[in-house]
Amino acid sequence: MSIHVRGISKSFGAFKALDGVSLDVPDGMLLALLGPSGSGKTTLLRIIAGLEFPDAGAIEEDGEDITERHARAREVGFVFQHYALFRHMSVFENIAFGLRVRRTPRDEVRVRVEELLRLVRLEGLGGRKPSQLSGGQRQRVALARALAIRPKILLLDEPFGALDAKVRVELRQWLRRLHDEIGMTSVFVTHDQEEAFELADEVVVMNHGRIEQQGTPEAVFDHPATPFVMDFLGNVNVFHGRVENGRAYWHGIPIEYPDYPHAQAAEARVYLRPHELELSPVTGDGKAVAGDGQQAASLRAQVLRVSRSGAVTRVFCRPDGSDVEVHVDVPSDVARDLQLQPGMAVAIRPRKARVFLPGPEYVI
Amino acid sequence: MAPAGNSRRDRGTGRAGGAALAVAAVAIVGGLIVVPLVSVFVQAFAEGAGHWWAALADDPDTRHAIWLTLTVAPVAVACNTLFGVAAAWLVARFRFPGRSLLISLVDVPFSVSPVVAGLSLVLIFGRQGLLGPTLAALGWKVIFSWPGLVLATTFVTLPLVVRELIPVMEAIGPEEEMAAVSLGATGWQVFWRVTLPNIRWALLHGVVLANARAMGEFGAVYVVSGHIAGVTDTMPLRVEKLFQEYRQPASMAVASVLAGLALVTLVAKYVIEHRLEAEARDLARARATDDAAPHQTTGEVSP
Amino acid sequence: MTDPSANPGRDAISSPAPRSAALRSSGPRSARHAVAGRRRRGPAVLPGFGASLAITSLVILALVVFPLAVLVFRAASLGPAGFVAAAWTARARAAYAVSLGGAFVAALVSSALGLVVAWVLARVEFPGRRVLDALVDVPLALPTAVAGLVYSSLYVPKGWLGQFLVPLGIRGAYSFLGIVLVLVFVSLPFAVRVVQPVIESLDRDAEEAARILGASRLQTFLRVVLPAILPAVVTGFALSLARALGEYGSVVFISGNMPFKTEIAPVLIVARLEEFAYAEATAIAVVLLAISLGLLVVVNWLQQRLARAAQ
Repeated sequence: MSIHVRGISKSFGAFKALDGVSLDVPDGMLLALLGPSGSGKTTLLRIIAGLEFPDAGAIEEDGEDITERHARAREVGFVFQHYALFRHMSVFENIAFGLRVRRTPRDEVRVRVEELLRLVRLEGLGGRKPSQLSGGQRQRVALARALAIRPKILLLDEPFGALDAKVRVELRQWLRRLHDEIGMTSVFVTHDQEEAFELADEVVVMNHGRIEQQGTPEAVFDHPATPFVMDFLGNVNVFHGRVENGRAYWHGIPIEYPDYPHAQAAEARVYLRPHELELSPVTGDGKAVAGDGQQAASLRAQVLRVSRSGAVTRVFCRPDGSDVEVHVDVPSDVARDLQLQPGMAVAIRPRKARVFLPGPEYVI
Repeated sequence: MAPAGNSRRDRGTGRAGGAALAVAAVAIVGGLIVVPLVSVFVQAFAEGAGHWWAALADDPDTRHAIWLTLTVAPVAVACNTLFGVAAAWLVARFRFPGRSLLISLVDVPFSVSPVVAGLSLVLIFGRQGLLGPTLAALGWKVIFSWPGLVLATTFVTLPLVVRELIPVMEAIGPEEEMAAVSLGATGWQVFWRVTLPNIRWALLHGVVLANARAMGEFGAVYVVSGHIAGVTDTMPLRVEKLFQEYRQPASMAVASVLAGLALVTLVAKYVIEHRLEAEARDLARARATDDAAPHQTTGEVSP
Repeated sequence: MTDPSANPGRDAISSPAPRSAALRSSGPRSARHAVAGRRRRGPAVLPGFGASLAITSLVILALVVFPLAVLVFRAASLGPAGFVAAAWTARARAAYAVSLGGAFVAALVSSALGLVVAWVLARVEFPGRRVLDALVDVPLALPTAVAGLVYSSLYVPKGWLGQFLVPLGIRGAYSFLGIVLVLVFVSLPFAVRVVQPVIESLDRDAEEAARILGASRLQTFLRVVLPAILPAVVTGFALSLARALGEYGSVVFISGNMPFKTEIAPVLIVARLEEFAYAEATAIAVVLLAISLGLLVVVNWLQQRLARAAQ
């Protein structure tokens, strides 16, 4: 089933949670709504589910307008952030609930519930109460419960937010496999970029009630449409610079920027990801040696601190003549070869950069 | 002087001070509560169990009074339970203009003197009251009759069930009920299958308290009943009537039955509170294992 | 080589912020409460709003608002002069004095005794503490008529206690003292139960610090503990006062109901009612109602302050 959201707005008192949001979710896609707290992602999810009603806008399911339809009649499966399991019912009864309220015959209920218990790998635990389960198990019960009624779309509100890191990772992979198996259209909300990227076919980045960008994980990461997207996804160094004649200048170093061919200089912000900066040692005569052996335009800096985390080493540098920090991510074996030490002189060169011209909405 | 004893409780008071205070507390509770309570039973059975039974069973007016209490109180409590559930659902699950006013109004019966409550009912339903002529024409009797007793008793016990349910329902939150709705449950199914199991102990607690209050109500019932012996005297009124007639042993006998019921109430209350505390602990533990995100009550507005 | 247009020290606006690792609550939860009275499309998500609103409003209006409104209306129909004449007779004034005075004294005594009991229940271990705890609730469950009856029987000259006390000049029955006694009985649970949880959740470390700094137990209590529990004690006092003010059932047995001496306002109302002097009864009832409702407002305000202080 596909979902089309058109111009949805929603306010809670004076707070505008959603501002004219439009979204298309094709059939069978696993979509992530990604954004910080207050971005409106949960509100949007709940509106799709029918647990909130929009102030303006419309929602369509397979072309049918369902904006006024009650949650009960929408055939959605909703998994709540804190599971909302029925605490006085057993696991079996929890999963069976949707079937029981539809007066499904007892045998059919039993067959379906046991099928789901197998699916979520909780066979034998049907008699337990939620309080006797771990967080990860409760989450799986919540999922099974939502799937029991054979919904047309599955909606998950921060499904793994309340779990330990290790359990989170396991369940993430399991959910992806489940989706591949069942192929149900699914939308989930998260503020964890890693989770969104690992799980989703497409990611919708939201901020302040608006959609900043929608696309595959690669697309939004490599080609961020706005500074917010760039800053939110992964780490970034931000600098003042200027653009002129098809080039952006960062600390005097030119970067190709054909989007601004004008002769008149303008202020710009230059966004550089730590792993898109290249670090090289400074030769004896003070000139930088680029990776390809040629002297290239680069910035001299001093190493302040080196911090290794696994396969990546983060180098904190201070460019000469400046008192701000630049972060550069270098593969750890390269860092080892360079023998980076605090106080060492290095040269930084941008491999890739993103430039944004300042405008009122580009404030981070 | 170093505090004696390992338990934290003894700290801050010291052994001697603690003992003295404990003795004082026991004396206070003993003198104010235990002695009178014991005295009721002792005086009731002073002339033996035979006389006690005779005082209750042989006197038709007393028999009627017992029967009246046992019919008026449960009806009043049943009405209050229905009201309590409806009001708690409204207040705990929805936000709407006038909500705070409603909550304050529910508390009013607590602070109004029962005599004032009874008087206001007489002013409406009495012969010279607002609806007096209408009722007389219809041949309905409210004041000096069973319906009046039920009304008066319902009034004074009105807040009891609601006040138990609202905190519990707010603490649990609406998420389970929302989940039920998203799974396709109708309103009645949501209430019966999800809400009621979650509030059953709080509900029972409220019912027990309301029942105790209803059976013991004096002032409001006194005013609306006209205290016609054998017709509209409930047990507390019977106690007073016998007292006025200087029939102390009989009065004590009836009083002892009421006191016995009170003790049963207390035991039931104690057991239920045990369960309530256990559930509150479970709730806190479940919340603690999740992250510290606050729960939400609903942002509903009247459609 | 630096770009002349760039300011040193203002090059970088920000270094990369650490990844948002911490779990953040999603959504403006507090904002969800702040719903104004907006019209929204579609039905409410949770069912039963209409039905519960109807039932609740109907019952409240019919059983609470309407009767009390009729009472006030009836009293108002006397006109200001008539009202004062009815509500301010000498006997009525005496009744108010006995009611208010008795309730006030009883609330004071209740608060003091309640503090002792609450302290012991919260702080002192001794065998039978659980039983004591349960017994405190007896006045809540016991019918007031039974309380009045048995108190009266205890304090009359031939009673268990009266036989010792009356020769000493302490008349517990048919006296003002008797009124205070039963009012203390009915209000004690309120005084205890409001203060008890506050004592239980006191910060012990503050007391220990005071002791280590050299304060005696009494000083620690007066300077550290008492200020912390004072709001609760005051609230307990107000609740006891409210409870005692309207009390009828227990007082009629023990006070002797002597006009101008031991007659409380509710008794006077009933007396007037039995004489079919509806006007006077109504007027006095309205005065009593006004005092009670005023007290309710004060109590609510105090309880809110107490709740806020607890956070």
